[in-house]
Amino acid sequence: MTIIAENPIKAVAAPSQVQQKVIASLNRRHRKENLFRRLGLTAVLISLGLVAVLFINIFSKGLPAFWQSAITLDIYFDPQIIKIPPMPQQRDDESDNDFRQRHIEWQTEIGFVNFNRLITDSLQKILPDANKHRRDLARVVTSGERFALRDMVVADPSIIGQTRTLHLLTDANIDVWLKGNIDRSLPDGQQQLSPKMREWVDKLSADGVIQNRFSLALFMNPDSRSSLASAGLAGAFMGSFYMMLVVILLAVPMGVAAAIYLEEFAPRNKITDLVEVNINNLAAVPSIVFGLLGASVLIGWFNLPMSAPIVGGLVLSLMTLPTVIIATRSTLKAIPPSIRQAALGLGASKMQAIFHHVLPLAIPGILTGAILGVAQALGETAPLLLIGMKSFVASIPASPFEQASALPVQIYLWQGNELRNFFEARTSAAIIVLLLMMISLNGLAIWLRKKYEKRW
Amino acid sequence: MSNSAPVKISATDVKVFYGDNQALHGISMDVYQNEVISFIGPSGCGKSTFLRCMNRMNDTIEHCRVTGSILLDGRDIHEPALDVVQLRAQVGMVFQKPNPFPKSIYENISYGPKLHGLAERKADLDDIVESSLRRAGLWNEVKDRLDQPGTGLSGGQQQRLCIARSIAVSPEVILMDEPCSALDPIATSIIEELIDELKQNFTIVIVTHNMQQAARVSDRTAFFHLGNLIEIGNTNDVFTNPQQKRTEDYITGRYG
Amino acid sequence: MSNLSLIVVLLILMALGYQLGMTRSRKVATVNPDLRMHSRPHHYGMMVGLWAVLPAFFILLLWLWLAPAVINSMMLAQLPADVAALAADELRVVSQRIGNLAGNFGVVADAADWELAAAEHLRQLKANSALVLTALMAVIAAVGMLYSLLRITPRLKARHQVERVVKALLVLCSTVAILTTIGIVLSMLGETMKFFSYIPPGEFFFGTTWNPRFSTVGVGEQGDFGLVPLLAGTAMIAGIAMLVAIPLGLMVAIYLAEYAPVKLRNTAKPVIEVLAGIPTIVYGFFALVTVGPFLRDLGAAVGLDINATSALTAGVVMGIMIIPFISSLSDDIITQVPKSMRDGSLGLGATKSETILKVVLPAALPGIVGAVLLAASRAIGETMIVVLAAGNSPSLTANPFEAVSTVTVTIVNQLTGDNDFSSPQSLVAFALGLTLFVITLLLNVIALVIVRKYREQYE
Repeated sequence: MTIIAENPIKAVAAPSQVQQKVIASLNRRHRKENLFRRLGLTAVLISLGLVAVLFINIFSKGLPAFWQSAITLDIYFDPQIIKIPPMPQQRDDESDNDFRQRHIEWQTEIGFVNFNRLITDSLQKILPDANKHRRDLARVVTSGERFALRDMVVADPSIIGQTRTLHLLTDANIDVWLKGNIDRSLPDGQQQLSPKMREWVDKLSADGVIQNRFSLALFMNPDSRSSLASAGLAGAFMGSFYMMLVVILLAVPMGVAAAIYLEEFAPRNKITDLVEVNINNLAAVPSIVFGLLGASVLIGWFNLPMSAPIVGGLVLSLMTLPTVIIATRSTLKAIPPSIRQAALGLGASKMQAIFHHVLPLAIPGILTGAILGVAQALGETAPLLLIGMKSFVASIPASPFEQASALPVQIYLWQGNELRNFFEARTSAAIIVLLLMMISLNGLAIWLRKKYEKRW
Repeated sequence: MSNSAPVKISATDVKVFYGDNQALHGISMDVYQNEVISFIGPSGCGKSTFLRCMNRMNDTIEHCRVTGSILLDGRDIHEPALDVVQLRAQVGMVFQKPNPFPKSIYENISYGPKLHGLAERKADLDDIVESSLRRAGLWNEVKDRLDQPGTGLSGGQQQRLCIARSIAVSPEVILMDEPCSALDPIATSIIEELIDELKQNFTIVIVTHNMQQAARVSDRTAFFHLGNLIEIGNTNDVFTNPQQKRTEDYITGRYG
Repeated sequence: MSNLSLIVVLLILMALGYQLGMTRSRKVATVNPDLRMHSRPHHYGMMVGLWAVLPAFFILLLWLWLAPAVINSMMLAQLPADVAALAADELRVVSQRIGNLAGNFGVVADAADWELAAAEHLRQLKANSALVLTALMAVIAAVGMLYSLLRITPRLKARHQVERVVKALLVLCSTVAILTTIGIVLSMLGETMKFFSYIPPGEFFFGTTWNPRFSTVGVGEQGDFGLVPLLAGTAMIAGIAMLVAIPLGLMVAIYLAEYAPVKLRNTAKPVIEVLAGIPTIVYGFFALVTVGPFLRDLGAAVGLDINATSALTAGVVMGIMIIPFISSLSDDIITQVPKSMRDGSLGLGATKSETILKVVLPAALPGIVGAVLLAASRAIGETMIVVLAAGNSPSLTANPFEAVSTVTVTIVNQLTGDNDFSSPQSLVAFALGLTLFVITLLLNVIALVIVRKYREQYE
């Protein structure tokens, strides 16, 4: 507030004895006041600073990983190397099943082709002394790229005999070397790359053959142990996606139904008190305990498959349930009784009053709670480790019953990879993806709350 | 009370704004030493707002702005050299709802003196507590349970505890904001008697809803309406012979 | 027909029943023009739909529960006498093999003729079972639908029936939370009892050495299962976390509630609460690659020997995670202290900090204690930060700069290793889990009771 003094000071009476004591205490007390206020401000600034440090740290580490060293090569799809029969066409007298069988056999045959030769042949053209270092030559491009070439042939066999200019991901160690994530002055014995390889890489990089390019590998590929540079999040993402689907289909409707019963129908007695305490407690039970429940009950008794998103989804649903119930109940509580009374007064049954009049008003609040619950489930790691989801899965799961990983578990697995120089950044990149997903979920919740915020 | 008593508080053209709303439209009045003056008027007329200006309690409300001058013993209470802590030690306040701290009776009373360093020894503090409780007429009721929580007392006792609490720092003025509105008639009459005794040592400004109470306890009465001071004068005159039509309407119960 | 398509068919049936019920009720209404129908047409529709589907659905559930066992025993009954005489354990292996054969999966070693015969038999039984189930469900659905259609009269209270079913569904959903708790307690209790049949409880609760050793089934060596070092590690890390979080969180709450201008409060509060939403694995990674090395270098600079992964690293990072729990809860509680209390103190000439320290905080103390207890229970149950950053060394130490291990880390280690699921090395995870559950439960209950009492006081 502002004070505007207008009158000049008139005669001032001498302060009394009490007043003198008060005045004497003022200096000391104001110092304390200022100190206290500064302490508070410092605490706020420290906390804000910690948020900033955390985010800056993760983003500065992770963002470079979205760009990877890629080598630009003219790949000649040499018919001498790719010796395969033409792609089978379905004959009129052939059943779908038989044709599919034939097509699969054809694909298997392609699988035997040495696509790596295509790459090394192409490399030989730009690296004159390549012949003397064939082992190194085979390691320039990450091994996963040969499957990309294979997939190109499967998709379009007419490519055989042609030359295509492609950007292929280099080996993870080359990426580390070029990004300066390894000390270049280390002796040969401690370097991941041979001296020849380093010479090549530096030359190719200087020539612009190897460039840092934005790579979709991180998003499109499943995890990989043989071709680290192309290890991606797609498998883990699908695993998380299936689990969130289970959570949305199970925890949200069940939580809302439970909240409606407890808030609107349940009689107030000892039993509902117990249920209430129980739900509040369940919300605070450590997540790992839910993992134990999943391990012993779902996998041990019901014989559900290990590592499957369906089990993970069930565990996370049980964990999220109390969150959804509590959020829904508080939303229902905030809707004034007058709405119920008005509906009841018009002759609606209690059920009709709630489902037709109260629930529609509560939907924004329920959605907000549900989204926050899903976001919490999305980031959960510990319970998933206990139901076997930390095993390495190199394929993208096609259904919730197949083995899969999950985004946070993938982060856990990658941070433990031996190739720290490469995976520290890649893990950070995975964290960025996870954080962005959670931030958008939370943003959605905030937007919903703001949009439909009503004060009764 | 004659107007020859020295002026204790002198307000000139006090305006209060809450954000864009003007709550007081330029109030000027004097409060004399050792008098009891009561502010009456309908709800929202600004009487409590003006009361809270006198010890700058409005500072605690965000977006609140005060202009004009209020002199305490001839010294502007908004002057930068005057500390609000010192001001409030000089001008105490009793609130509408009894608000004892969730502490023992003893700690409630000793709270102020301890803060201001009024007692050097425990014995001094004991003396202050006892004399404050005695002057608030509460000593006999609580002397055996000084260590019990103040919140355990009855409503009337709690309010007297709050009065004792503000007496304990030896203020010169006590502001009372509808001190009896939450109390039953018996507790109210005890407080009214207390106010009558306290005016020997203190200047008392009391805001009240209750016109009978104003008539019973105060020497002078000020009538507020819609943020304006309509009329101020000796209580007898205001109640028996109001100069303003609006005062008369209010006193005779036409609105309020 | 697969179970999924059965369910889809049931849903279609439900829609059909709904339509039929609506049509029928409208017809009944026109036939009896002077009688008012008790419920609206869609209630009759829903009723018919439910009658068509619910009984059939229960049959499906019953079948899924019982049929596998029945089919298996029927298959076993047809086995040659010498195979049927095998012990229960070996029989299970046999049925596993036959099951794989019947499902066209490969088996180890060539299948014997009798196995192939049994597999063929099993396939037949399964096909029959599916056929019988489908037929049974069809009949029951049809009967249910017809019965309910015929019952439609103006006086039939269809709405009441539908609402009863809906209410039963609601009750069912609200028991899930209870069942979860019971499931947690019973399953963990069961496994813990098994564990205590290997290791006496006294050794577990009071043992001071944790060295479970790796073991496969039947190996005599048991190792030491002493809980004390794990509890000590847990307590130390949680303690460090609270040392970081309580002062910071409380001061943040006080500043934002009492001092901060509205603008700062409205931005700072949600930003700090972001800390609570970040997945713990992210904190773990942050601790491992940033905070740990930082603390180690800091220690080296002042001559202290700090491990990069240590109780200190894990505790500090966990403390950061917990700040918003304490600050948000305390903020709520501080703002609940009535304004009259502050006015009383300020009116006496107290400064703001004196008012906060001597009046507001004492008044809010119970609530703050509750918040701190909730945060502590969070810290004790936290897993990923300690898995990554505490160093996993289950030794009894009072030095926070050394690596330690906690209850949660050990649960993860014991269950994700290659231990046999029924070995004490695995079972101990459940004993640890139960211990953790009981500790956090106690903290939560006390905290919730305190907070609730506090809220009532100022309502």
